[in-house]
Amino acid sequence: MDREQVRVRLTKVFRDVFDDDSIEISDSTTADDIEAWDSLEHIALISAVERAFKMRFATKEVSGMKNVGEMISIIAERAKK
Amino acid sequence: MLEELKYPFCADEIISSKRRLLRTLRENLPKTAVPLKIAVLGGYTTSDIVKILELFLLDRGINPTFYESEYAQYFTDAVFPNETLSAFKPDIVFICTSYRNLEEKPAVLEDESSVLEKIEREYARFEKMWESVFEKFSCTIIQNNFELPPERLLGNRETGCAFGMADFIARLNLRLSDYAKSHKNFYIHDVNYLSASYGLKQWHELRHWNLYKYAMSVSAIPEFSYSLANIICSIMGKNKKVLALDLDNTLWGGVIGDDGKAGIEIGKETSEGQSFLRLQEYIKSFKDIGVLLTVCSKNDPENALEGLSHPDGVLRPEDFACIKANWDEKWRNLEQTAAELNLLPESFVFLDDNPAEREIVRAQLPEVTVLDFSDPDECINVLSGCGFFEVTTLSADDAGRNEMYRQNAERAAQEKKFSSYEEFLESLEMRAEIGGFDPVHIPRITQLTNKSNQFNLTTRRFTQSEIEQIASDGEHICLCGRLCDKFGDNGIVSVVIGKIDGEKLHIDLWLMSCRVLKRGMEYAMLNALAECAKSRGLSEIFGYYYPTKKNGMVRELYREFGFQKVSEDEGQNTVWRLAVDDFKPIKTAISINKGE
Repeated sequence: MDREQVRVRLTKVFRDVFDDDSIEISDSTTADDIEAWDSLEHIALISAVERAFKMRFATKEVSGMKNVGEMISIIAERAKK
Repeated sequence: MLEELKYPFCADEIISSKRRLLRTLRENLPKTAVPLKIAVLGGYTTSDIVKILELFLLDRGINPTFYESEYAQYFTDAVFPNETLSAFKPDIVFICTSYRNLEEKPAVLEDESSVLEKIEREYARFEKMWESVFEKFSCTIIQNNFELPPERLLGNRETGCAFGMADFIARLNLRLSDYAKSHKNFYIHDVNYLSASYGLKQWHELRHWNLYKYAMSVSAIPEFSYSLANIICSIMGKNKKVLALDLDNTLWGGVIGDDGKAGIEIGKETSEGQSFLRLQEYIKSFKDIGVLLTVCSKNDPENALEGLSHPDGVLRPEDFACIKANWDEKWRNLEQTAAELNLLPESFVFLDDNPAEREIVRAQLPEVTVLDFSDPDECINVLSGCGFFEVTTLSADDAGRNEMYRQNAERAAQEKKFSSYEEFLESLEMRAEIGGFDPVHIPRITQLTNKSNQFNLTTRRFTQSEIEQIASDGEHICLCGRLCDKFGDNGIVSVVIGKIDGEKLHIDLWLMSCRVLKRGMEYAMLNALAECAKSRGLSEIFGYYYPTKKNGMVRELYREFGFQKVSEDEGQNTVWRLAVDDFKPIKTAISINKGE
C-alpha cells in the first residue's frame, strides 16, 4: 500500500472516530488541527487505526508520533512486510 | 435501543463510533429518562469507561451526569473533604480500582499470619473509604473487586501457598463479598468474573496500561461498562420482567406438531436433547429470581401442552404465567400477553430460534427486546451475558411473582362467575395494610418508584437513599399499601408521598402496580391519605398529573377522587385541589389494617 492509499483509508477512520465527515488529513495534520482530538480520542483513534489496518503500534511509536505523516509512514512501512 | 448497543455488541464498533452514538441518543432522549448522578472514583484512567457507560445508560432510559476524580485520586476523594464532589451530591459512587492499586502484596516465603495481616490492612483501607462515602453522601456504592494479574511468579503455586498472589486476591475478594452481604446499597462489580470470562490474557493489555494507564485493554472497555450499566439499571428498576419463549427448536429440537412427543429432542439421551435440556433448566431457574415465563408459539394449543409435558423435559405448563399457542402473528400474541399481565411490551425479552420471526417482532413491536442466537448453547450464553435480569436486591416478592400472576389468572376465572363486578370484588375477601415506610420495605418501594410507568401520576424517580431520607425527615407523609386476598398476597402495590407545606400537602408521587388495577386499592390509599392529612391538621391537598407516553390511564384520576382542577398548562400538566374537610371516604371492598 502506498502513502496515498493509506491516507485515503486513514481519512475514513478519522471521520468515523471524530464523527465529522468534513475532516481532511495531510502529512502535517496534528491534534491541534482537529478540534475533538484530545488525549482520550487519541486512544480511540490509535485502536481504530490498528483495527482498520490490522496492525499494532509499539508503545514507543504511539508516544513518539508527531503528526499524521509519521503515522502514515509507520502504517505504510508495516504494510510492505 | 440502538442497534450498535444491543447485546452481544461489537466492542470495536462502539469504541470507534461513540461520538455519533452519543449524539443520536442525546437527540432522542425521552422525557421520562431517569436523571442519575454518578461519581467515578478511579484508581486508573476512567474517561472512556465513563463515556461508554453513558451510552449504555442512555440506551436504557437513564440520563446520567458524571463526576470523575483526578487521575488515581479515588482514596483522597472518598475519605477527605472535596467541595466539588459534595456539591455534585452523587446518587451512586463507583470505586473503580484494580489489583494494580493494592498497596500490600505478599512477599516470597512470608508466613501465613503476616500475609493475612496484609489482607486485613488492605481491606481496612477500602472499608474506610466505603464508610466515609456512606456517611458523607448516603448514596449507593459500587466497588470493583480484584482481577488476577496477568503474570505469575510461582506458576500454579500462586494458589495453595501462603504467599501466592492468586490466593491473596481470592481472600481479599471474599472480604469485599462479606461487606456486600452485610450492607445494603453496596454492590460489587465482579471484575474478577468479567476478566476471566473475557480471557485474562486479552483483558490485560500491558501496552494500554503503560501508555494510557488503563487497567484493561481498551477493547474490553465496552464489556466492562456494559456489566457496570447492568448493575445500575437493576438498581434503578430498569430490569426486564418477562421471558417470552418460542417452543419448536427453541425449547426442544424438532416440531412437536410433526414429530410428535416421541420424536422431539429433549433429555439426556442424545447430545442435541441434552443441550435443549440444559437450556430448559436454565430458563426454569429464572422463575426463582422473579422473571415471568410465557409461551409465544405457532402451534395448536394441545400440541404445545404435550411438548411441555415431555417426561425428559423440565419446563411444565404451570411454570408459565401465560401460554399463547396459536397461528396468529407472534407480535400480536406478545402484545396480548402484555395486556393480560398488565405489563408493557418493553418489559419483554423474546427468544425464538427463527430469525424471520425475530425480525417481524422487531419491526412490529420494537419495544420488545429480541435476542439473537443460533442454538440452545448460544442461547444460554446470550441470556447469561445480556444482563436484562441482573439481580441487585431479591425479595420474597420477586421469587413469588410467577405465583402472583398465576393467582391473577385464577381471579380472572372467578370474575366470570359473578353477576356484578362488585359482587366479585366482595368475594375476593381483600385486606390491605396501609402505613408508613417500614425500613424493610424501602428496597421494594424504591423499585416501584423506578419501574412504575402506567399508574404513576408524576413519574418521579427516587434512589433508595432519597426514599430513606424522605421517610425520616418529618416533612413528608409517606404511605405504602400491601394488598392480600383469598388467593394470596400481592405484596406492596401502592406508594404515595406528599410534601407538607404549612397547611398544604403536595402529592409528589402517587403510583400503583398494575397487577391490582380495578380492585379499589387507589380509593383505600386516598382514604388513608386524607385521614393522615386530617390528623396532622392540614387543610388542602394538591395533586399533580404530568402526562407521559405511558400514564394516560390516570389522566382523570384526581377528578374521580373528587379533586377540583386548578390549572392546566400547554403541556397538559394539571394541578388539582381537595379541601380536607369536604372529603368523604370512598367505599371499597377492602378491609384495612393500619400499619404503624
